[in-house]
Amino acid sequence: MTDLEGTGALVRLILRRDRIRIFIWVAGIVLLVALTATSVRSLFPTQAAIDQAAAATQHNAGAIAFNGPAQGLDTLGGQVAFQVGALGMVIVALMSLFMIGRLTRGDEEAGRLELIRSLPVGIHTPAFAAVLTVTGMDIVVGGLASLALVALGLPAAGSLVLGASYTAVGLVFTGLALVAAQVTESTRVVYGSTGALLGVAYIMRVVGDVGDGTLSWFTPIGLAQKARPYAGETWLPLLPLLAAAVTFVLAAVALARRRDHGRGLIAPRRGRAHATPSLGRPVGLALRLQRGTLIGWGIGIAVAGIAYGWIAPTIGSFVANNKALADVMASGGGATLIDSYFATSFRVMALVATGFAIQSALRLRSEEAATRAEPVLATPISRWRWATSHLSVAVAGSVALLAIAGLATGVTYAAAGGPWSSVPRLLGAAVVYAPAMWLMIGIALAVFGFAPRWADTAWGVLAACLVVGLLGPVLRLPDWVQLLSPFERVPQLPAAHLAVTPLLVMVALAAAFALAGLGGLRRRDFG
Amino acid sequence: MAPAVSVTGLFKRFGTTRAVNGLDLTVETGEVHGFLGPNGAGKTTTIRILLGLLRADAGSVVLLGGDPWRDAVELHRRLAYVPGEVSLWPNLSGGEVIDLLGRLRGDLNRRRRDDLLERFELDPRKKARTYSKGNRQKVGLVAALASDAELLLLDEPTSGLDPLMEAVFQDCIREVKSQGRTVLLSSHILAEVEALCDRLSIIRMGRSVESGTLEEMRKITRTSITADLATSAESLADLPGVHGLTVQGSRVSFDVDSEHLDEAVRRLGELGVRSLVCHPPTLEELFLRHYGDELAREPELSRPAGALVDRGATR
Repeated sequence: MTDLEGTGALVRLILRRDRIRIFIWVAGIVLLVALTATSVRSLFPTQAAIDQAAAATQHNAGAIAFNGPAQGLDTLGGQVAFQVGALGMVIVALMSLFMIGRLTRGDEEAGRLELIRSLPVGIHTPAFAAVLTVTGMDIVVGGLASLALVALGLPAAGSLVLGASYTAVGLVFTGLALVAAQVTESTRVVYGSTGALLGVAYIMRVVGDVGDGTLSWFTPIGLAQKARPYAGETWLPLLPLLAAAVTFVLAAVALARRRDHGRGLIAPRRGRAHATPSLGRPVGLALRLQRGTLIGWGIGIAVAGIAYGWIAPTIGSFVANNKALADVMASGGGATLIDSYFATSFRVMALVATGFAIQSALRLRSEEAATRAEPVLATPISRWRWATSHLSVAVAGSVALLAIAGLATGVTYAAAGGPWSSVPRLLGAAVVYAPAMWLMIGIALAVFGFAPRWADTAWGVLAACLVVGLLGPVLRLPDWVQLLSPFERVPQLPAAHLAVTPLLVMVALAAAFALAGLGGLRRRDFG
Repeated sequence: MAPAVSVTGLFKRFGTTRAVNGLDLTVETGEVHGFLGPNGAGKTTTIRILLGLLRADAGSVVLLGGDPWRDAVELHRRLAYVPGEVSLWPNLSGGEVIDLLGRLRGDLNRRRRDDLLERFELDPRKKARTYSKGNRQKVGLVAALASDAELLLLDEPTSGLDPLMEAVFQDCIREVKSQGRTVLLSSHILAEVEALCDRLSIIRMGRSVESGTLEEMRKITRTSITADLATSAESLADLPGVHGLTVQGSRVSFDVDSEHLDEAVRRLGELGVRSLVCHPPTLEELFLRHYGDELAREPELSRPAGALVDRGATR
C-alpha cells in the first residue's frame, strides 16, 4: 500500500487546518434538520392537523416539484422528510463537492500539494486523505441528523434511513468531485462542473416526481428518496448510490495515474498572443475573468427555468381536478395556484442565482488576496474604477440571470400549452428580484470595503436568506425575522400586485451599502 | 532636478509589527538605485507605500513630485512596477496580460513588446497557469519594460530567472538608464546590484542603515589583505585599524580600516613582501558585515532597531 503511505498524517493535517470549516458545515446541516423537525411538530400538533396538511399537499405538484414525492405525508416523520429531505441532500452534496475540490485540486493548483508529494507519501495519499475526511463528514452528518430526529421523538427506522440517504448522496458527490478534480486543472471548474451535475440531478428529480416518476430513479436525489423514510423504509435504493460513489472514486484513481502532477486530463488550449481590444479596460478584464462563471450559471438557471415551465401546465390541471385544493388556494388571497407556483419558482431561482451575485462581487476579494489586483492598481486605474468594473459585471449579470429564468420559464410554459402572453408577465415576475440581488451585492461590497478578511460572511447572509426563503414558514420564524431577508420583501409576482416602494428602498439601500464599501476600500490598506 | 523618490521618517505598522520604522530613502532622477536589506526588512512594504497600496502611518513620501496615496492614478501613468512574485490570471495568456497592463497604463509600445518577448524567449500564447515561476516573472518584466514609464519600481524582479535571462535583464536596465529614466531596484542578487546601481540604500528592520555609492561605502569600511612575508608578522597586531589577523607560517591575512591602509602597507613593505593580494570589500562582504555581525549578536542584545546606525557611525 505504498500508494497510500502517510494517509494518517494528512488526515490530521486536514482536520487541523479545516476544523472550523468542517464544524460549521456539519453543525449547520444537523441544526437545520433538527430545527425543521421541531417546527413541523409544533406546526402540526395533532394527527388531524397532519392529515389536513397531507390532503393539501398530496396532489400539489408545486410542493412536490420543490420537495419530492408525496410519501408518508400523513405522519409527522413523513412531513419532516418532505420539508428537509431534498434540501438537506443538496446541502450535503454541496458540502462534499466543495470540500473535495478544495482539498484536492485546490491544493494542487495553489502548489501546496507539491511540497507534500516531495515527502515520502504515496501518489494517491492526498486524494485518499481528502476522501476519508469528507466520507467521515458525510457519515457524521447523516448519523447526527438521525440521532437528532430520534431524540425529537421520530421513529428510529425512518430517522436512520433519512440520515443514511444524506450520507449516500454526499458520497456520490464526493466521488464525482474527485473525478472532476482529475480531469480539469482549475478548481473553479471542479466546483462548477460538479455543481452543474448536482443541478441536473435535482431537475431530473423534479421532472420525474411531477411526471410518471421514471426519471427520478436515475438521479441520486430521486433514488435516495425512494428509500422512503417514515413511509415503509427500504434500504435497497441506497446501495446503487454507494456503488456509484465507490465506482467514481476508483475511476478517479485510474484517471490520476494517467496524468502529471499539476495537470489535468484535458490539456489547456493555447491562448492568444495578443489581447483583443476589449481586454484593455477594467470592465473588459472583469468580464473576461467572470465570463465562464456567468455562462455556467446562465445554463444552470436556464435548465431550471425550462423544468419549472415544463411542469407548470400539470399544476394548472391539478387545480381543475381538485376542488378542495382550489378552495384552499382561493381562500389564500385570491391568487391562482399556478401563479403562486410561478412566484415560488422565481423566488427559489432568484435565491440560487444570488450565489452568482455574491461570487461575482467577492471576485474583488479573491483578486486582492491572490495579489492579482496589484499590477492593475499600479497602472492609472483607481481603486474605484477597478472595483466598479467587477461590480458592474455582478449587477448586470444578476439581471441577465433573472431574465434567463423568466424567459426560459415563460417560453417553455407557452410551448407546453400555456398562453404566450404569459412570457412578458413571467419575465417581469423574475426580473423584479433584481433589487434584492443588488442589495446582497451591496452588502458583500460593504464587508469587502471595511473588513476584507471577513468578506466571506456575505455567503452567510445568503445562507440565512435561503433558510428564511425555503423554510421560513415551516420553521415558524417570527414575521420580523422573515422580513429581514430582502427576498421576502419582493412582491410575489405574478401572484401579487407590483409594489414599487420596497423595490425602491432596496435599490437605495444597495447603493448606500455599495458606496460605503467603495469608500472604505479607498481609505484602507490594500493587499 | 528634484529626486524621483524622496522618503523621510517613514513609519508603517501592521498590528504590533513595525514593518517600516523611520525609513529614509532618496532616489535621484535618472539613477539606478539599489534597495537592499534582509528578508522582512521592509523593502516590499516601502514599495507598496510608494505605489499607494498602503498608507503611511507617519513620515513624508514624495514620488515624482506627488503624494503616492492621494495622486496614485496620475502618478501611475508615469511608472511601471514589477512585483517579486508575479501572480497572473490562470486562464489568460502571457501575451494578453502584457497587452492588458500596457493598455491600462496607456503606453504600450508594440515594437518594444515584441522585441522584449524575443529577447526574454517568452512564449506569449501559453496560459499563465502553465508558466513556471521564471516565466511568470518574465511576463511582469516585459509588461513593465515595454512601457516608456519614467520610473520603474522593481521588487526583486529577477527571482527565478536563469543567468542568461539575468544578463538580458541587466542589458534592459542599462538601456532604461541611458534613456534618462529612473529605476528603484530591490534585490538580493548582489552581483546584479553591483553591476547596475549608481547608488544604493541598505535597510534593516525598517530603518535605513547606509546609503551612497558603492565607492563611498567601501571607503568607510575595510580592505582585505593577504600577503606572503619574508619575516615574522607579529608586529602587525599592534597596528591601529587591523582586524581579524591570522598568521599561518609566513602567510598572513587581515582586514584593515580604510584610513589606516597607508600605514599597514608601509609596515608590510618593511617586513618584506613576497606576494600580495589586496581587494576592497565586495558588496557581499559589506552586506554580511552589516547583517552577519549584527544578526549573530541580536538574540543576546535584543536592542532597538536604532542601535545599528549608532554602531555604524562610531566604527
